[in-house]
Amino acid sequence: MAWTRKILRVDLTNGTCKSEPLNMKLAQEYLGQRGLATKYFVDEVDPKVDPLSPANKLIMATGPLTGTPASTGGRYSVITKGALTGAIACSNSGGYFGAEMKFAGWDMIIFEGKSPKPVYLSVEDDKAELRDASHLWGKTVWQTEEIIKKSHQDPQVRVCSIGRSGENGVLYACIVNDLHRAAGRSGVGTVMGSKNLKAVALRGTRGVAGMKDAKAFMKAATAAKQVLKDNAVTGQGLPAFGTQVLMNVINEMGALPTRNHRDVQFESARKISAEAMAEKRPTDGKSNLVTNAACFGCTIACGRVSKIDATHFSVVNKPEYWGATGGLEYEAAWALGAANGVGDLEALTFANMICNEDGYDPISFGATVGAAMELYDLGILTKEQIGMDAPFGSAEALCKLAEMTARGEGFGKELGLGSKRLCAKYGKPELSMSVKGQEFPAYDSRGIQGMGLTYATSNRGACHLRSYTVASEVLGIPVKTDPLVTEGKADLVKAFQDATSVFDSAGVCVFTTFAWTLADLQPQLDAACEGDWTMEKLALVGERIWNMERQFNNAAGFTAKDDDLPPRLKTEPAKTGPAKGLVSGIDKMRPEYYKVRGWDANGVPTKETLSRLGL
Amino acid sequence: MQKSLHIDPGKCTGCLQCEMACSYENYGVFNISKSRIKVFNFEHEGRKVPYTCTQCAEAWCMTACPVDAIKIDAATGAKVVNEATCVGCKVCTIACPFGTVNYVADTGKVQKCDLCGGDPACATACPTGAITYVESDWTGLEKMRLWAGKTDTQPRANA
Repeated sequence: MAWTRKILRVDLTNGTCKSEPLNMKLAQEYLGQRGLATKYFVDEVDPKVDPLSPANKLIMATGPLTGTPASTGGRYSVITKGALTGAIACSNSGGYFGAEMKFAGWDMIIFEGKSPKPVYLSVEDDKAELRDASHLWGKTVWQTEEIIKKSHQDPQVRVCSIGRSGENGVLYACIVNDLHRAAGRSGVGTVMGSKNLKAVALRGTRGVAGMKDAKAFMKAATAAKQVLKDNAVTGQGLPAFGTQVLMNVINEMGALPTRNHRDVQFESARKISAEAMAEKRPTDGKSNLVTNAACFGCTIACGRVSKIDATHFSVVNKPEYWGATGGLEYEAAWALGAANGVGDLEALTFANMICNEDGYDPISFGATVGAAMELYDLGILTKEQIGMDAPFGSAEALCKLAEMTARGEGFGKELGLGSKRLCAKYGKPELSMSVKGQEFPAYDSRGIQGMGLTYATSNRGACHLRSYTVASEVLGIPVKTDPLVTEGKADLVKAFQDATSVFDSAGVCVFTTFAWTLADLQPQLDAACEGDWTMEKLALVGERIWNMERQFNNAAGFTAKDDDLPPRLKTEPAKTGPAKGLVSGIDKMRPEYYKVRGWDANGVPTKETLSRLGL
Repeated sequence: MQKSLHIDPGKCTGCLQCEMACSYENYGVFNISKSRIKVFNFEHEGRKVPYTCTQCAEAWCMTACPVDAIKIDAATGAKVVNEATCVGCKVCTIACPFGTVNYVADTGKVQKCDLCGGDPACATACPTGAITYVESDWTGLEKMRLWAGKTDTQPRANA
């Protein structure tokens, strides 16, 4: 079966674990992972709930293709109400953890309540129990995984955990699995920490069997793999350069937000690019990049494995950081680098390691440092308040602040609250480069207009992974659109949002969509999953999921006013590059988008829309 | 012509498609815990290494088996476990220097790579060419070619 048809419900308050059957009617309507877990979540949780209260729930969910040979079929998602945003949160991760959950026989794990003391969940196939985690509390992600593997005497156990940042209330804490893959955004790790849940350790030996038509599935999966192989982005660009292939491209487009979005091009972009990662360093004659790596089932292998320069100031006398580990991806390199004006590749590598080691989101962290550096530049924050000089471009400040945020020390505590709260506290709320409290990723809304609408309307706050119109506006996938105009972007964003909702619910990686359309995914799903999974049905499922998330946010108190960008992007034109003189046309696109969506002027889905979607 | 699995760890990305293919071929289930080929991740070196039976010509597992449950497949040269004969004594798992024959508690028998009868599913599934199935006598040919390419001879000038 593509679904295991079993849910594990963990009551942290009472310390119990119970198995219950998956609602197969809902599986037919919401597919799995993001869609299905969100449906469970919105049915069970009050939208007004305080994200950090025991009444919030946290769901870890696989998709029907998780744990199968479908390329990239190893994904899982964490669904909760986000600590950073107060909106619906859904953070997706690769690595091996998701497939192991499926192999153990579970479609999803629902955590509810709050444990009276630190615990971790141990799952070995059917056997699930909460175990004491007092010896793990205060430990990093890396230490936690090592200790659990040793105590279980099982190197094959797969672990996800929170680091010290998730314990300390950093509002953008991640849940990290397999050392450096993360359910990264919106503070899902903060919610986990608030429940005194330190980790989940999984071991599954059952595997996935009994698909609707295994032969047809293998045929479809093999054909789809060939599509990835033959595509220039997924077959060549991503394996060779990783997502970092974008650094120079986006910079040349004038869409690389720099120094808290003051600029749109970074003079040191090349120094922090994929090309720089592959160059030999003068210090040791080796390159930052060691090799590429794949997540479970992935035939693209975009992951970066890096070794830091052991002579770099950040790791002098710290041999624990000299080994190979997860390296810089584009979003992290941008947030830790261009967003702060830092052009020191090794400093970014160090800060990124700290984000992995202690489990917090490099995008929100880097962007918050960018905001702090602007406040320092304006004289609003002083050297005394921050504990150091923190001008734009300071690699020393970046590295120190990363460690302080991980440990919850000094000014690191304030950075841990994110840019929205930081800027509000110091009387400059407009300097937070965020939507719904979540910081922008690495594309400027002035130079890529569709991304402005993407950010403004994303259900989890500013995010590139809800509708990656960069694919169309920059790379011409599936069709080329002009990044500098607003025309047609409402339709484009809706189409990307709905399709992405399906990919996120299937168990595969959204990066496949550089090569795949729904037409490549559909035969795999239809062969694996019982029921008829036609293109029409999948399109409807995607739109249904998007509207369900929207309804939750509306009920949580978000309004059309929250579908907006910071004033800087609407009033300060891009200074250089192809977008010079442009501001974001968000105010023009928003009403068009509502119309395309079948929502009223306030961004509320109309009765007709809801009834058409069966909501 | 006898063929062998040829493994080039430098090309392995750790996707585990080989492990899924192995379990599916042998048990009809996608279940890496049942795979006869394993990918080991040396995290701090940035190395991933697929590893399985090398089909020794003088197979110690076969020699050690007290009930002659391990036989040579004449077509492929693979050392194949006959489950009906195997008594699960595990002596072969001790005899094998490489650890590539393993006990399976579920069945009470041992399992090892049998080259899928001459069409190894792992090699077919590997997306990067880290696992290939090549002529046994020439498993080093590609490595030789690479080193040959590094010799410093210049193309001969036109005669």
